[in-house]
Amino acid sequence: MKLENQWPKYYKKNVVTHYCPGCGHGIVHRIIAEVLEELDVGKRALLVCPAGCAVLAYHYLDIDVIESAHGRGTAIATGVSRANPDLFVISYQGDGDLSAIGTAETIHSANRGENITVIFINNAVYGMTGGQMAPTTLLDQGTTTSPLGRNAALDGYPLHITDVVAAFPGVAYAERVTVATPGGIKKTKKAITNAFQTQIEGLGYSIVEVLSPCPTNWKMTPLQACRWVVEEMSKEYKPGLLTDKREEKRKLKA
Amino acid sequence: MSKKDKVFTVKIRRDYCKGCGLCIEFCKQDVLQASANMNSMGYHYAEPAQPESCIGCMICTMVCPDLAVEVYSE
Ligand SMILES: Cc1ncc(C[n+]2csc(CCOP(=O)(O)OP(=O)(O)O)c2C)c(N)n1
Ligand code: SF4
Repeated sequence: MKLENQWPKYYKKNVVTHYCPGCGHGIVHRIIAEVLEELDVGKRALLVCPAGCAVLAYHYLDIDVIESAHGRGTAIATGVSRANPDLFVISYQGDGDLSAIGTAETIHSANRGENITVIFINNAVYGMTGGQMAPTTLLDQGTTTSPLGRNAALDGYPLHITDVVAAFPGVAYAERVTVATPGGIKKTKKAITNAFQTQIEGLGYSIVEVLSPCPTNWKMTPLQACRWVVEEMSKEYKPGLLTDKREEKRKLKA
Repeated sequence: MSKKDKVFTVKIRRDYCKGCGLCIEFCKQDVLQASANMNSMGYHYAEPAQPESCIGCMICTMVCPDLAVEVYSE
Protein backbone atom coordinates (compact mmCIF):
# COMPACT_ATOMS: atom_id res chain seq x y z
CA MET A 1 0.00 0.00 0.00
CA LYS A 2 1.34 3.41 -0.96
CA LEU A 3 0.46 6.56 0.96
CA GLU A 4 -0.70 9.06 -1.68
CA ASN A 5 -0.45 12.16 0.53
CA GLN A 6 2.93 12.09 2.25
CA TRP A 7 3.33 14.20 5.38
CA PRO A 8 4.88 17.51 4.20
CA LYS A 9 8.59 17.76 4.96
CA TYR A 10 8.35 21.22 6.51
CA TYR A 11 5.32 20.46 8.71
CA LYS A 12 6.26 19.25 12.19
CA LYS A 13 5.36 15.68 13.04
CA ASN A 14 3.16 14.59 15.93
CA VAL A 15 1.52 17.96 16.46
CA VAL A 16 -2.13 18.83 16.54
CA THR A 17 -2.70 22.54 15.96
CA HIS A 18 -4.50 24.73 18.48
CA TYR A 19 -6.82 26.03 15.74
CA CYS A 20 -10.57 25.55 16.11
CA PRO A 21 -12.28 22.77 14.11
CA GLY A 22 -12.74 23.91 10.49
CA CYS A 23 -10.40 26.92 10.75
CA GLY A 24 -8.75 27.97 7.47
CA HIS A 25 -5.33 28.61 9.06
CA GLY A 26 -4.58 24.87 9.14
CA ILE A 27 -5.23 24.46 5.41
CA VAL A 28 -2.99 27.41 4.55
CA HIS A 29 -0.19 26.13 6.82
CA ARG A 30 -0.27 22.78 5.04
CA ILE A 31 -0.19 24.43 1.61
CA ILE A 32 2.79 26.59 2.63
CA ALA A 33 4.67 23.48 3.80
CA GLU A 34 3.85 21.64 0.57
CA VAL A 35 4.95 24.51 -1.69
CA LEU A 36 8.18 25.09 0.29
CA GLU A 37 9.00 21.45 -0.37
CA GLU A 38 7.98 21.49 -4.04
CA LEU A 39 10.04 24.61 -4.79
CA ASP A 40 12.88 23.42 -2.53
CA VAL A 41 13.18 26.64 -0.53
CA GLY A 42 12.35 25.30 2.95
CA LYS A 43 15.99 25.21 4.10
CA ARG A 44 16.46 28.94 3.51
CA ALA A 45 12.93 29.98 4.50
CA LEU A 46 12.19 32.40 7.31
CA LEU A 47 8.64 32.87 8.50
CA VAL A 48 7.50 36.02 10.29
CA CYS A 49 4.59 35.07 12.57
CA PRO A 50 1.92 37.63 13.53
CA ALA A 51 -0.02 38.50 16.64
CA GLY A 52 -3.28 36.65 16.02
CA CYS A 53 -4.37 33.04 15.97
CA ALA A 54 -1.29 32.17 13.86
CA VAL A 55 1.02 33.42 16.61
CA LEU A 56 1.99 29.80 17.27
CA ALA A 57 2.68 28.89 13.61
CA TYR A 58 6.25 28.05 14.65
CA HIS A 59 4.90 25.03 16.50
CA TYR A 60 3.67 23.63 13.20
CA LEU A 61 5.95 24.77 10.38
CA ASP A 62 9.42 23.30 10.60
CA ILE A 63 11.36 26.35 9.35
CA ASP A 64 13.08 29.33 10.97
CA VAL A 65 10.77 31.87 12.52
CA ILE A 66 10.76 35.39 13.97
CA GLU A 67 7.79 36.51 16.04
CA SER A 68 6.56 39.96 15.13
CA ALA A 69 4.90 42.63 17.23
CA HIS A 70 1.29 43.12 16.16
CA GLY A 71 1.14 44.35 12.56
CA ARG A 72 4.88 44.82 12.08
CA GLY A 73 5.48 41.64 10.07
CA THR A 74 6.51 43.28 6.84
CA ALA A 75 8.89 45.67 8.66
CA ILE A 76 10.69 42.64 10.12
CA ALA A 77 10.52 40.84 6.79
CA THR A 78 12.09 43.91 5.13
CA GLY A 79 15.00 43.92 7.56
CA VAL A 80 15.60 40.19 7.20
CA SER A 81 15.43 40.21 3.44
CA ARG A 82 17.69 43.27 3.04
CA ALA A 83 20.28 42.04 5.55
CA ASN A 84 20.30 38.56 4.09
CA PRO A 85 18.96 38.47 0.53
CA ASP A 86 19.62 34.71 0.37
CA LEU A 87 16.78 34.02 2.79
CA PHE A 88 13.30 33.26 1.53
CA VAL A 89 11.04 35.50 3.61
CA ILE A 90 7.34 35.01 4.29
CA SER A 91 5.19 37.30 6.42
CA TYR A 92 2.04 35.50 7.59
CA GLN A 93 -0.63 37.92 8.84
CA GLY A 94 -4.31 38.16 9.71
CA ASP A 95 -6.63 40.96 8.64
CA GLY A 96 -6.55 42.67 12.04
CA ASP A 97 -2.76 42.50 11.98
CA LEU A 98 -2.15 43.50 8.36
CA SER A 99 -4.95 45.95 7.64
CA ALA A 100 -5.54 47.66 10.99
CA ILE A 101 -2.59 48.16 13.36
CA GLY A 102 -0.08 47.23 10.63
CA THR A 103 -1.46 49.37 7.80
CA ALA A 104 1.59 51.64 7.63
CA GLU A 105 4.05 48.72 7.43
CA THR A 106 1.86 46.96 4.86
CA ILE A 107 1.52 49.99 2.60
CA HIS A 108 5.15 51.07 2.71
CA SER A 109 6.74 47.62 2.33
CA ALA A 110 4.51 47.07 -0.70
CA ASN A 111 5.30 50.50 -2.07
CA ARG A 112 9.02 49.81 -1.70
CA GLY A 113 8.52 46.57 -3.60
CA GLU A 114 10.40 44.53 -1.01
CA ASN A 115 11.33 41.07 -2.25
CA ILE A 116 9.09 39.27 0.27
CA THR A 117 5.89 37.22 0.19
CA VAL A 118 2.89 38.10 2.32
CA ILE A 119 0.26 35.50 3.16
CA PHE A 120 -2.77 37.47 4.26
CA ILE A 121 -5.51 35.53 6.07
CA ASN A 122 -8.75 37.49 5.81
CA ASN A 123 -11.43 36.10 8.12
CA ALA A 124 -13.30 39.41 8.51
CA VAL A 125 -12.77 39.52 12.31
CA TYR A 126 -10.10 39.68 15.01
CA GLY A 127 -10.06 35.94 15.65
CA MET A 128 -7.71 35.42 18.57
CA THR A 129 -9.12 38.12 20.81
CA GLY A 130 -12.75 37.04 20.50
CA GLY A 131 -14.24 38.11 17.19
CA GLN A 132 -14.15 41.92 17.29
CA MET A 133 -14.85 44.00 14.18
CA ALA A 134 -11.87 44.34 11.83
CA PRO A 135 -11.44 46.81 8.95
CA THR A 136 -12.39 43.88 6.69
CA THR A 137 -15.70 43.10 8.47
CA LEU A 138 -18.61 43.12 6.02
CA LEU A 139 -21.41 45.70 6.22
CA ASP A 140 -24.18 44.44 8.53
CA GLN A 141 -21.93 41.66 9.83
CA GLY A 142 -22.47 41.16 13.56
CA THR A 143 -19.32 40.93 15.69
CA THR A 144 -18.67 41.33 19.41
CA THR A 145 -17.96 45.06 18.87
CA SER A 146 -20.65 45.58 16.21
CA PRO A 147 -23.48 43.54 17.69
CA LEU A 148 -26.05 45.30 15.50
CA GLY A 149 -23.95 44.79 12.39
CA ARG A 150 -21.25 46.97 10.85
CA ASN A 151 -22.72 50.34 10.05
CA ALA A 152 -20.99 52.33 7.28
CA ALA A 153 -21.91 55.70 8.82
CA LEU A 154 -20.27 54.71 12.09
CA ASP A 155 -17.55 52.24 11.12
CA GLY A 156 -16.72 52.91 7.47
CA TYR A 157 -16.68 50.36 4.69
CA PRO A 158 -14.90 47.00 4.33
CA LEU A 159 -11.27 47.77 3.50
CA HIS A 160 -9.90 46.21 0.31
CA ILE A 161 -6.28 46.52 1.24
CA THR A 162 -4.97 43.96 -1.26
CA ASP A 163 -6.62 45.90 -4.09
CA VAL A 164 -4.91 49.03 -2.79
CA VAL A 165 -1.41 47.54 -2.75
CA ALA A 166 -1.96 45.69 -6.04
CA ALA A 167 -2.00 49.11 -7.74
CA PHE A 168 1.56 49.88 -6.56
CA PRO A 169 4.36 49.51 -9.13
CA GLY A 170 6.49 47.56 -6.62
CA VAL A 171 3.89 44.83 -6.18
CA ALA A 172 4.74 42.13 -8.71
CA TYR A 173 2.01 39.65 -7.88
CA ALA A 174 -1.28 39.83 -5.93
CA GLU A 175 -4.11 37.35 -5.93
CA ARG A 176 -7.20 36.75 -3.81
CA VAL A 177 -8.33 33.17 -3.18
CA THR A 178 -10.48 31.17 -0.74
CA VAL A 179 -9.98 27.93 1.18
CA ALA A 180 -13.73 27.28 1.48
CA THR A 181 -14.08 24.78 -1.39
CA PRO A 182 -11.82 22.09 -2.88
CA GLY A 183 -11.50 24.19 -6.09
CA GLY A 184 -10.58 27.26 -4.04
CA ILE A 185 -7.94 25.26 -2.16
CA LYS A 186 -6.36 24.17 -5.47
CA LYS A 187 -6.27 27.81 -6.62
CA THR A 188 -4.77 28.84 -3.28
CA LYS A 189 -1.93 26.40 -3.80
CA LYS A 190 -1.34 27.72 -7.32
CA ALA A 191 -1.40 31.34 -6.12
CA ILE A 192 1.03 30.63 -3.25
CA THR A 193 3.30 28.83 -5.72
CA ASN A 194 3.25 31.86 -8.05
CA ALA A 195 3.90 34.23 -5.15
CA PHE A 196 6.84 32.16 -3.90
CA GLN A 197 8.27 31.96 -7.43
CA THR A 198 8.02 35.75 -7.71
CA GLN A 199 10.31 36.06 -4.70
CA ILE A 200 12.67 33.30 -5.88
CA GLU A 201 13.10 35.17 -9.17
CA GLY A 202 13.74 38.39 -7.22
CA LEU A 203 10.87 40.25 -8.89
CA GLY A 204 9.62 42.06 -5.77
CA TYR A 205 6.61 42.00 -3.48
CA SER A 206 4.01 39.26 -3.72
CA ILE A 207 0.84 38.87 -1.69
CA VAL A 208 -1.89 36.24 -1.53
CA GLU A 209 -5.09 37.16 0.31
CA VAL A 210 -6.92 34.07 1.53
CA LEU A 211 -10.62 34.34 2.47
CA SER A 212 -10.61 31.97 5.41
CA PRO A 213 -13.39 30.55 7.60
CA CYS A 214 -13.47 31.39 11.32
CA PRO A 215 -16.42 29.20 12.40
CA THR A 216 -15.97 29.96 16.11
CA ASN A 217 -16.26 33.75 15.92
CA TRP A 218 -18.80 33.67 13.12
CA LYS A 219 -20.87 31.35 15.36
CA MET A 220 -21.34 28.85 12.54
CA THR A 221 -20.58 25.21 11.89
CA PRO A 222 -17.47 24.64 9.72
CA LEU A 223 -19.68 23.87 6.71
CA GLN A 224 -21.85 26.98 7.24
CA ALA A 225 -18.67 29.04 7.51
CA CYS A 226 -17.42 27.69 4.17
CA ARG A 227 -20.77 28.58 2.60
CA TRP A 228 -20.62 32.07 4.09
CA VAL A 229 -17.20 32.61 2.50
CA VAL A 230 -18.61 31.59 -0.89
CA GLU A 231 -21.98 33.33 -0.65
CA GLU A 232 -21.23 36.51 1.32
CA MET A 233 -17.53 37.24 1.70
CA SER A 234 -16.65 36.46 -1.92
CA LYS A 235 -19.24 39.01 -3.07
CA GLU A 236 -17.45 41.81 -1.22
CA TYR A 237 -13.94 40.48 -1.86
CA LYS A 238 -13.97 38.93 -5.33
CA PRO A 239 -11.46 36.12 -5.67
CA GLY A 240 -9.11 36.39 -8.63
CA LEU A 241 -5.83 37.80 -9.85
CA LEU A 242 -5.37 41.41 -8.73
CA THR A 243 -2.09 42.14 -10.46
CA ASP A 244 0.65 40.23 -12.25
CA LYS A 245 3.59 42.41 -13.28
CA ARG A 246 6.08 39.55 -13.36
CA GLU A 247 6.74 39.67 -17.09
CA GLU A 248 7.35 43.41 -16.94
CA LYS A 249 9.71 42.97 -13.98
CA ARG A 250 11.61 40.18 -15.73
CA LYS A 251 12.22 42.49 -18.70
CA LEU A 252 13.46 45.23 -16.37
CA LYS A 253 15.88 42.78 -14.76
CA ALA A 254 17.21 41.41 -18.06
CA MET B 1 -0.73 1.85 -13.71
CA SER B 2 -3.44 4.41 -14.33
CA LYS B 3 -5.59 5.83 -11.55
CA LYS B 4 -8.61 3.76 -12.49
CA ASP B 5 -6.74 0.45 -12.11
CA LYS B 6 -5.83 1.33 -8.54
CA VAL B 7 -7.77 0.55 -5.38
CA PHE B 8 -7.86 3.33 -2.80
CA THR B 9 -8.29 3.17 0.97
CA VAL B 10 -8.94 6.11 3.31
CA LYS B 11 -7.64 6.09 6.85
CA ILE B 12 -8.17 8.71 9.53
CA ARG B 13 -5.44 9.67 11.98
CA ARG B 14 -7.98 9.48 14.74
CA ASP B 15 -6.23 11.66 17.30
CA TYR B 16 -5.59 14.47 14.79
CA CYS B 17 -9.24 14.80 13.79
CA LYS B 18 -11.26 17.67 15.31
CA GLY B 19 -14.54 16.45 13.90
CA CYS B 20 -15.08 19.53 11.70
CA GLY B 21 -16.86 17.28 9.18
CA LEU B 22 -15.50 19.00 6.06
CA CYS B 23 -14.13 15.73 4.60
CA ILE B 24 -17.52 14.11 5.20
CA GLU B 25 -19.36 16.98 3.47
CA PHE B 26 -17.05 17.42 0.49
CA CYS B 27 -16.56 13.71 -0.37
CA LYS B 28 -18.73 13.12 -3.43
CA GLN B 29 -18.67 9.36 -2.89
CA ASP B 30 -20.01 9.48 0.69
CA VAL B 31 -17.07 7.45 1.90
CA LEU B 32 -16.84 9.06 5.33
CA GLN B 33 -19.09 9.55 8.34
CA ALA B 34 -18.81 10.94 11.87
CA SER B 35 -17.98 8.23 14.36
CA ALA B 36 -20.31 7.56 17.28
CA ASN B 37 -17.14 7.36 19.40
CA MET B 38 -14.91 10.20 20.58
CA ASN B 39 -11.16 10.56 20.29
CA SER B 40 -8.72 11.70 22.98
CA MET B 41 -9.72 15.37 22.42
CA GLY B 42 -13.41 14.57 22.78
CA TYR B 43 -14.30 14.97 19.11
CA HIS B 44 -16.49 12.66 17.05
CA TYR B 45 -13.75 11.87 14.55
CA ALA B 46 -14.42 11.00 10.91
CA GLU B 47 -14.30 7.36 9.93
CA PRO B 48 -14.71 5.50 6.62
CA ALA B 49 -18.29 4.22 6.25
CA GLN B 50 -17.93 2.84 2.72
CA PRO B 51 -14.18 2.53 2.13
CA GLU B 52 -14.74 0.58 -1.09
CA SER B 53 -16.35 3.63 -2.76
CA CYS B 54 -13.14 5.74 -2.62
CA ILE B 55 -11.94 6.84 -6.07
CA GLY B 56 -8.74 8.52 -4.87
CA CYS B 57 -9.79 12.08 -5.79
CA MET B 58 -7.94 13.36 -2.67
CA ILE B 59 -10.57 16.01 -1.89
CA CYS B 60 -10.81 14.88 1.76
CA THR B 61 -7.05 15.39 2.18
CA MET B 62 -7.28 18.87 0.66
CA VAL B 63 -10.14 20.17 2.80
CA CYS B 64 -8.82 18.72 6.08
CA PRO B 65 -7.28 21.56 8.12
CA ASP B 66 -5.54 19.06 10.41
CA LEU B 67 -3.67 16.57 8.18
CA ALA B 68 -5.90 13.88 9.64
CA VAL B 69 -6.73 12.01 6.42
CA GLU B 70 -4.50 9.48 4.70
CA VAL B 71 -5.29 8.01 1.30
CA TYR B 72 -3.52 4.77 0.35
CA SER B 73 -3.41 3.13 -3.07
CA GLU B 74 -2.73 -0.43 -4.17
C1 LIG C 1 0.17 45.99 20.20
C2 LIG C 1 -0.89 44.97 20.42
N1 LIG C 1 -2.19 45.34 20.47
C3 LIG C 1 -3.16 44.42 20.63
C4 LIG C 1 -2.84 43.10 20.74
C5 LIG C 1 -3.97 42.09 20.95
N2 LIG C 1 -4.23 41.27 19.79
C6 LIG C 1 -3.70 40.06 19.67
S1 LIG C 1 -4.20 39.26 18.29
C7 LIG C 1 -5.20 40.55 17.84
C8 LIG C 1 -6.06 40.51 16.62
C9 LIG C 1 -5.69 39.50 15.62
O1 LIG C 1 -6.63 39.44 14.59
P1 LIG C 1 -6.24 39.02 13.12
O2 LIG C 1 -4.98 39.70 12.70
O3 LIG C 1 -7.42 39.24 12.24
O4 LIG C 1 -5.86 37.48 13.19
P2 LIG C 1 -6.75 36.20 13.51
O5 LIG C 1 -6.62 35.97 14.98
O6 LIG C 1 -8.15 36.49 13.07
O7 LIG C 1 -6.12 35.10 12.72
C10 LIG C 1 -5.11 41.58 18.78
C11 LIG C 1 -5.85 42.84 18.69
C12 LIG C 1 -1.49 42.73 20.68
N3 LIG C 1 -1.10 41.44 20.73
N4 LIG C 1 -0.53 43.67 20.51
S1 SF4 D 1 -10.72 31.89 16.42
FE1 SF4 D 1 -11.12 31.74 14.21
S2 SF4 D 1 -9.13 32.18 13.21
FE2 SF4 D 1 -8.74 31.68 15.37
S3 SF4 D 1 -8.31 29.47 15.45
FE3 SF4 D 1 -10.51 29.72 15.85
S4 SF4 D 1 -11.49 29.55 13.83
FE4 SF4 D 1 -9.30 29.94 13.49
